[in-house]
Amino acid sequence: MNILSLFPAIPAAMMLGLWLSRNIRQIHAVMVTGSSLLLAFAIYLVFAYLGMRADGQTAEMLLTDSHIWYAPLNIHYAVGVDGISVAMLLLSAIIVFTGTFASWKMTDGTKEFFLWFCLLSVGVFGFFISLDLFTMFMFYEVALIPMYLLIGVWGTGRKEYSAMKLTLMLMGGSALILIGILGIYFGSGATTMNIMEIAQLHNIPLSMQRIWFPIVFIGFGVLGALFPFHTWSPDGHASAPTAVSMLHAGVLMKLGGYGCFRIAIYLLPDAAQELSWIFIILTTISVVYGAFSACVQTDLKYINAYSSVSHCGLVLFAILMLNTTAATGAVLQMLSHGLMTALFFALIGMIYGRTHTRDIRELSGLMKIMPFLSVCYVIAGLANLGLPGLSGFVAEMTIFNGAFMVHDTFHRVVTIIACTSIVITAVYILRLIGKILYGTCTNPEHLKLTDATWDERLAVIVLIVAIAGLGLSPLWMSGMISDSIVPIVSHILN
Amino acid sequence: MEYTILILLLPFLSFILIGLLGTRLKPAAAGAFGTIVTGIVAILSYWTAFSYFGAGRDASGVFPTLIPWNTVWLPFNGSLHIDLGILLDPISVMMLIVISTVSLMVHIYSFGYMKGERGFQRYYAFLSLFTMSMLGLVLATNIFQMYIFWELVGVSSYLLIGFYYTKKEAIAASKKAFIVTRFADLGFLIGILIYGFYTGTFSFTPDAPALGAAKALLPLALGLMFIGGAGKSAMFPLHIWLPDAMEGPTPVSALIHAATMVVAGVYLVARMFPLFIGYAPEVLHVTAYVGAFTALYAAVVACVQSDIKRVLAFSTISQIGFMIVALGVCTSADPHEGGLGYMASMFHLFTHAMFKALLFLGAGCIIHAVHSNEMSAMGGLRKYMPVTHITFLVACLAIAGIWPLSGFFSKDEILAACFDFSPVMGWVMTFIAGLTAFYMFRLYWCIFWGKENTELHAEHRPHEAPLTMTIPLIFLAVVTLFAGWIPFGEFISSNGQAYHIHIDWNVATVSLCVAAAGIALATWMYMREDRKVADGLATKFSGLHKAAYHRFYIDEIYQFITHRIIFACISTPVAWFDRHVVDGFFNMLATVTGKVSWGIRRMQSGYVQRYGIWFLGGALGLTVILLLI
Repeated sequence: MNILSLFPAIPAAMMLGLWLSRNIRQIHAVMVTGSSLLLAFAIYLVFAYLGMRADGQTAEMLLTDSHIWYAPLNIHYAVGVDGISVAMLLLSAIIVFTGTFASWKMTDGTKEFFLWFCLLSVGVFGFFISLDLFTMFMFYEVALIPMYLLIGVWGTGRKEYSAMKLTLMLMGGSALILIGILGIYFGSGATTMNIMEIAQLHNIPLSMQRIWFPIVFIGFGVLGALFPFHTWSPDGHASAPTAVSMLHAGVLMKLGGYGCFRIAIYLLPDAAQELSWIFIILTTISVVYGAFSACVQTDLKYINAYSSVSHCGLVLFAILMLNTTAATGAVLQMLSHGLMTALFFALIGMIYGRTHTRDIRELSGLMKIMPFLSVCYVIAGLANLGLPGLSGFVAEMTIFNGAFMVHDTFHRVVTIIACTSIVITAVYILRLIGKILYGTCTNPEHLKLTDATWDERLAVIVLIVAIAGLGLSPLWMSGMISDSIVPIVSHILN
Repeated sequence: MEYTILILLLPFLSFILIGLLGTRLKPAAAGAFGTIVTGIVAILSYWTAFSYFGAGRDASGVFPTLIPWNTVWLPFNGSLHIDLGILLDPISVMMLIVISTVSLMVHIYSFGYMKGERGFQRYYAFLSLFTMSMLGLVLATNIFQMYIFWELVGVSSYLLIGFYYTKKEAIAASKKAFIVTRFADLGFLIGILIYGFYTGTFSFTPDAPALGAAKALLPLALGLMFIGGAGKSAMFPLHIWLPDAMEGPTPVSALIHAATMVVAGVYLVARMFPLFIGYAPEVLHVTAYVGAFTALYAAVVACVQSDIKRVLAFSTISQIGFMIVALGVCTSADPHEGGLGYMASMFHLFTHAMFKALLFLGAGCIIHAVHSNEMSAMGGLRKYMPVTHITFLVACLAIAGIWPLSGFFSKDEILAACFDFSPVMGWVMTFIAGLTAFYMFRLYWCIFWGKENTELHAEHRPHEAPLTMTIPLIFLAVVTLFAGWIPFGEFISSNGQAYHIHIDWNVATVSLCVAAAGIALATWMYMREDRKVADGLATKFSGLHKAAYHRFYIDEIYQFITHRIIFACISTPVAWFDRHVVDGFFNMLATVTGKVSWGIRRMQSGYVQRYGIWFLGGALGLTVILLLI
């Protein structure tokens, strides 16, 4: 068996373990063991992957494996990784690990909650290792469905509405993806579902590509918060429980960007070059629009959700630039945004768990009451506004430089417009920090609150270490990613 | 000279250590640790300067540019990559001395000033962070490294201005400082993108062919970079954050908002000077006009402020204007042929850093003694605080440009450079120099002489500051007394060749007379206990006085733009549009789907008769249609 299959297998095994668990301690034991294993395995994979590259293995995908499971449609269980998927797997493992600790205090239906949580992880990990269009789509669906229950049952606020809206919109996206996948499959001669082989064939006529490219791009774009299909995100994130918000904004939204790049652009390169300008306009709108909307929100989670719209817009913006630097920046931004936003949602969850409100008008002076959480919130905010030394800066600068390398006025103008988001981001982040952390506490109830407990500290510290690690020495990560992007981009441009 | 890497690493480690240990560290231990580290950094800096200048000039008669350490931090493509490294050349070594000296003095001073303050450890951690960032900025080997540390000094400044984070004004001021400079940095960033793309490198010295190719866009790139510099250096109209930044602890104002960070813009222009002179002289002259206007505006406003730190803040803005003007009036790289301003600007940067830090630290002692920033709470303090009084007077004389204090020498060179450029510029700057003397002595007389606020002083008798605070004052005063005699041109000049400074006595006589007139006027108006003349003028020109006191309402204009336009006219409608139009559309889609299904549902009634009618009706309809066709 290929070692990559361990990624979906571990969460599946965790589900079995959870099913057998009888009490909260056993549930925690299963979750901690499983998620630590995943994290350790993801870190091992990074080193193994870099080692293989250092040994001179130059194939685009490493650790590949393929088993046929539905012959009439040539559907294989085909797996393999390159630098991009390794980075995404590491991100997912970190978020699953920290998400476990962030939901340590969950009391209602813990077992069921973690069961669905693990099922979602199966989908996420399966998606990132798949090389077969259909298998990939199947894992994608596996990742989406549990979201409905996780939000609908364990959520807060208007949870049924949000869960329904999120699921329906993402399902709409999946429908488009399914059509697009079939279009690609039949367009390339209906001989293979393997992404690498379809790319090799490169035989989809341009007239067909023009139809399938927008369909697939929008299909994945819904999950990547592409304007105007992003509206599930504020409500969905606001209603979701902490760990689900973390996993959803941190990892699931990356499925969108990853799919857009791996399927829409890689397999339909000619149409991508021709039609990218339409989506560049939409993503530029996302970037600025999300940032402006975040400025006037009053709910912590809404602020973060709109901030995510802005940052994920930058991911899609960068991959549409169709050059190596910008695409590297896009993957770095996926990583960086995943870590940062998970940190934000974790902290918001911890603050909400204490104060029972997320309305920034009701919060103030938290710095004195819970210094640890507040300092971490400031760090998350600084990462979000792109402070050098933290991950956001690395990603944004790579994107802006990459986008600026495209030689024409249109791309230059949109890049400059997208750059303005760094100022607007500073406005909403500092407004937030000034309102809720600084000042004096006005609510006497809040004075009695306590600072973070060990499980919360662990989750937060792991995320901050990852953010600072990526921000302080980006070279190895950016090198690993851009090595894998070079062949993809040269394929797109030829 | 690989050891220079320690100059960056030590403060960084100190920040991490004090920051992580936090309150687990005793306040005194944190302070001592930070101070010792800064002391080591200062020693290393002096040693670097000594060995750098001691090594002498190379064959072409300039001090060689050394890069003792450099590493690729983040590659973008084949030629573009962000490097982190250390670059030693005359101006970076000079800045090294300025930053480490002032930083060390502030570290020592803060022991006394911040004693017993909550968050003492945090304060020292941030000071270390700032020192590291500022040193990294001046030692940068390329423009992107400069931008990285540029952002880091911005954030350390934000954290330190907001040090008293429970105070409303401090929160607002820190936010404003960060956002205004961020806005300016946007220009800087776009300038860097253009520069990097067209020259194919982020290095300060691209090769000649690359520069030739980029010729058409270099003025734009340099102009945009200057916007970034104008933001940090508080040039009009981006100066609004600096007076508010005085909400931070006073030693911080001395270090960041007087001596080091705010001259980053000047340093940036000096760093890019060969490109400015070679490819965009017209942009350079624009900076001169911006600088001159800022200097004038700030000097006028400084004349009527009543808060001691605000007077000093506007004075800083005005003096930075002088430095920018000096750079801007250069017309060639040869110091004998119109390139004098470069040396003058760097010289003034050096002397100004010392005497302005001294003024702020002196102001800190005064505020410490009377517990107020307002001049009305002061008056007659000379008998209570002799050391502060004398050192403050030295600094006032220096900034007014009185011989033989340091300010005289550097300001004289600037004025000489201005007269070389155009007589109008020369006279305008001379007039501003006179205003400087006036407002500084207005401040001096009002604090140390004049009418004493006896009620307040009886209640709380002012006292001289402790030794940890007065020693830095004395040290800086000594430097201010003698720094003018440094043969600055021997070390720094626009083309790197040795330049022998000579005082242009025509200019010097005029500027001395103007300064003396300014001082005399201030003495006549403010030394006596009653200020009939000053009050009379204030009432006579009440409109002008009020406008100047409110800084000509520039802040109000900004308030209007941010709140009324950005928040009310962009953000709120965008948010509304998102919730009601975009989201509304999807909700409508859902509602319509629901309604339609509800309508169709009624057809599935289960009544056989109804189905029969539908069936018959349909069959009849079809028959009729078929027959008609």
